[in-house]
Amino acid sequence: MSDTRSSSFPNVETTVLGADEIILNMGPQHPSTHGVLRVKLKLDGEKVVASECIIGYLHRGVEKIAEHRSYQQFAPYVDRMDYVAAVSNGLGYCEAVEKLMGAEAPPRARVIRTILTELQRIASHLLWLGTHALDIGALTPVFYCFREREEILKIFEKYCGARLTTHAFRIGGLQYEAYDGMEQDVRRFCDDFATKIDEYEQLLTENRIWVGRTKGVGILTAEDAIAIGATGPVIRASGVKWDIRKAMPYAAYDQYQFEIPTGQSGDTYDRYLVRMEEMRQSRLICLQAIENIPSGPIMARIGKVLKPPPGEVYHSIEAPKGELGYYIVSDGTVQPYRVRIRPPSFINLQAFDRMVRGHLVADVVAIIGTLDIVLGEVDR
Amino acid sequence: MNALVEFFRPHLMPLIYALIVVAVLPLIAGYIVLLERKIMADMQARLGPMRVGPHGLLQPIADAVKLLIKEDIIPEKADRWIFWLAPLLSVTAGMLALAAFSFGPGFQIADLNIGLLFILGISSMGIFGIVLGGWASNSHYSLLGALRSSAQLVSYETAAGMAVVAGLLLAGTLSTRRIVEIQAEQGTWFFLLAPIAFFTYLVASIAETNRAPFDLPEAESELVAGYMTEYSGFRWALYFLAEYTNMVVVASVATTLFLGGWLRPFPNVAWLSFFDYIPPLLMLLLAGYSFYRTPRQPTKVQQAFLVAVGLLCLLLGVVLFLPMLPLTFGGIEAPSLKPAIHGGFWFLFKVFVYMYVFMWLRFTVPRYRFDQLMKLGWHFLIPVSIVNVMGIGIALVLHREAGWSLGAALVLTTLLTLAAAAYLAVVGGRQESAVVGGVNG
Repeated sequence: MSDTRSSSFPNVETTVLGADEIILNMGPQHPSTHGVLRVKLKLDGEKVVASECIIGYLHRGVEKIAEHRSYQQFAPYVDRMDYVAAVSNGLGYCEAVEKLMGAEAPPRARVIRTILTELQRIASHLLWLGTHALDIGALTPVFYCFREREEILKIFEKYCGARLTTHAFRIGGLQYEAYDGMEQDVRRFCDDFATKIDEYEQLLTENRIWVGRTKGVGILTAEDAIAIGATGPVIRASGVKWDIRKAMPYAAYDQYQFEIPTGQSGDTYDRYLVRMEEMRQSRLICLQAIENIPSGPIMARIGKVLKPPPGEVYHSIEAPKGELGYYIVSDGTVQPYRVRIRPPSFINLQAFDRMVRGHLVADVVAIIGTLDIVLGEVDR
Repeated sequence: MNALVEFFRPHLMPLIYALIVVAVLPLIAGYIVLLERKIMADMQARLGPMRVGPHGLLQPIADAVKLLIKEDIIPEKADRWIFWLAPLLSVTAGMLALAAFSFGPGFQIADLNIGLLFILGISSMGIFGIVLGGWASNSHYSLLGALRSSAQLVSYETAAGMAVVAGLLLAGTLSTRRIVEIQAEQGTWFFLLAPIAFFTYLVASIAETNRAPFDLPEAESELVAGYMTEYSGFRWALYFLAEYTNMVVVASVATTLFLGGWLRPFPNVAWLSFFDYIPPLLMLLLAGYSFYRTPRQPTKVQQAFLVAVGLLCLLLGVVLFLPMLPLTFGGIEAPSLKPAIHGGFWFLFKVFVYMYVFMWLRFTVPRYRFDQLMKLGWHFLIPVSIVNVMGIGIALVLHREAGWSLGAALVLTTLLTLAAAAYLAVVGGRQESAVVGGVNG
């Protein structure tokens, strides 16, 4: 691996340990590596001299499994990648297969998909906010965040019976009709949620310690972000206005008005502000969508056995963590020939080394938190 | 035989007090943990421990039993002797410091003439336990935790010491008993005469006891458990006990020096003497509430336990109420008991209020980073506390030599110190914004 790096970013292994330096192994079992990420840090006192991420502890061979399942059978597997945003994963996969088949979900299905996906974005960001604040030492926001996340999970549960690995969507549309009272549930959540975001911001946004811990920490410049292919809030906080919902609209996003928040300096504080604003925008999208859900069928006529024509397709969506892409090759049988997944967490994690260099150990956990990685997605 | 009794007579009461402190302290520490968890739960919109006993009242006992019977692990490459010694050192230092406190008039293990100096000296010995434990564990996390802890303690001990000096200037004595008596004579608590010293002591004492937002040595999200990472079972419990004992110690110092020790609020205002009825009434109310809740407990055991709690509160209420009555038992006049019993109540009450502030802060703010912590200590807290000491010294000279009223002189110096603090904050902020952005270079 070391030959792929430039000489200005020496590998932890290949550099000689100085007299005052130690190697600290963080993870795979560590309270704040968000799963099973293992980080090797070379420290001079508390200062990080070099770092190396070691991944693969949660590798389950999701892409290989796809080659032995039919298209429908594989759909529940993608929920287990980014397990805190299963709905978004499912949306990406279903749309990719639809694109491969040349089919399209009916308008009603697309709007319901949009609502659930945006709720999922809020839920994912809430989980990020809670754990990120916990990493930086604020013990309380996590409980407030989970309180609101619970409301979203209840909506999921009422809709499809599952809370986390939902398998909410089917290829070609939806299996379940929106339940009675779903509109009221979503509207009630959105109405309450506006004040709840203010509550979180009251605890953190202008808190001296919070600002001190996040401002200027883990700066990622726009050039670097583009060079490594970072997406999602990570690249937007660096000042690049890139959001697939606007750039290549899918589902029903072209019908709704919303802003893409961006930051300027690309530090942890900007990423925090961007994600907070994204939650507000997602709430607005939900409110717009719930106003006018078209009637009609929820499933396209695609048949029981899916045999996409031979060919390949790449389709990506804006998952809560960034661009989630599916590259599917079909050989005309009921099973995909190859599925390659582009997980946003994996690509964003590349920024880790250049973000932590020169910072202190305390900043390392702040930076892991601000990248918002889920190891199920990194390792697949 | 008689000579032996005569020899031990002066040591009898201190011995009893010492036994009370040593026996009750772990229990108090356990219940402070429960209280903290309950307060945390309240602030976080949940219930907290509810399973063991009614409202989780038996949780500390269950925890203690669990920790006692846990497997005792010493890492293979650890330095066994130091690993064994370190937690003991921490606990001993904390407990020893309690010897010099005066919990009520006459309720004191040893009335040392260097009382406060003794407390500060002994309680800072506790750091050896942390440093040695971190070193002996032979783990990088422990080592980093120990390093952070020692640097932090050295930095904040200075600020805390300066704040204590400010209080001592006003008191003119080191004996904990005399300090409280002088506050009674003056009719005010020193917290009102030297507010800045009180607040610097508050901040420094949080840092000294390694509590959030200065809990870097055991920062869970960074260093797993800091210096305690390799400890388990009872040794771990000893560190825990030491931490809470230290909290009690610093809260007791603040209570003695700034909050009037065992005195009730406004001790010299006669028409406020109905305050004396508060302790017994509080206990009786608690007892009543316990009895009221008893039928609603789900199981017989919990009902029985809540009855026991109610009876205990009732007993305490009666004990606190008895001295109010003009009774005589044998040769002892009951009213002579009143200050001791009520003093103990008010002292504990203030200690709890002080610790509540600790907990409140812990659940509200994030954690400082190491360099920020050092900067806050050296660039802000220490200069402010030094300026404050000088200011109070000058105020006292003005009062004693130039005949100024003490209040006017102190208000003047307090305002000047505040101005200095504001200046420091502004300058520090400017430096900080210059540093940001250059960190990554």
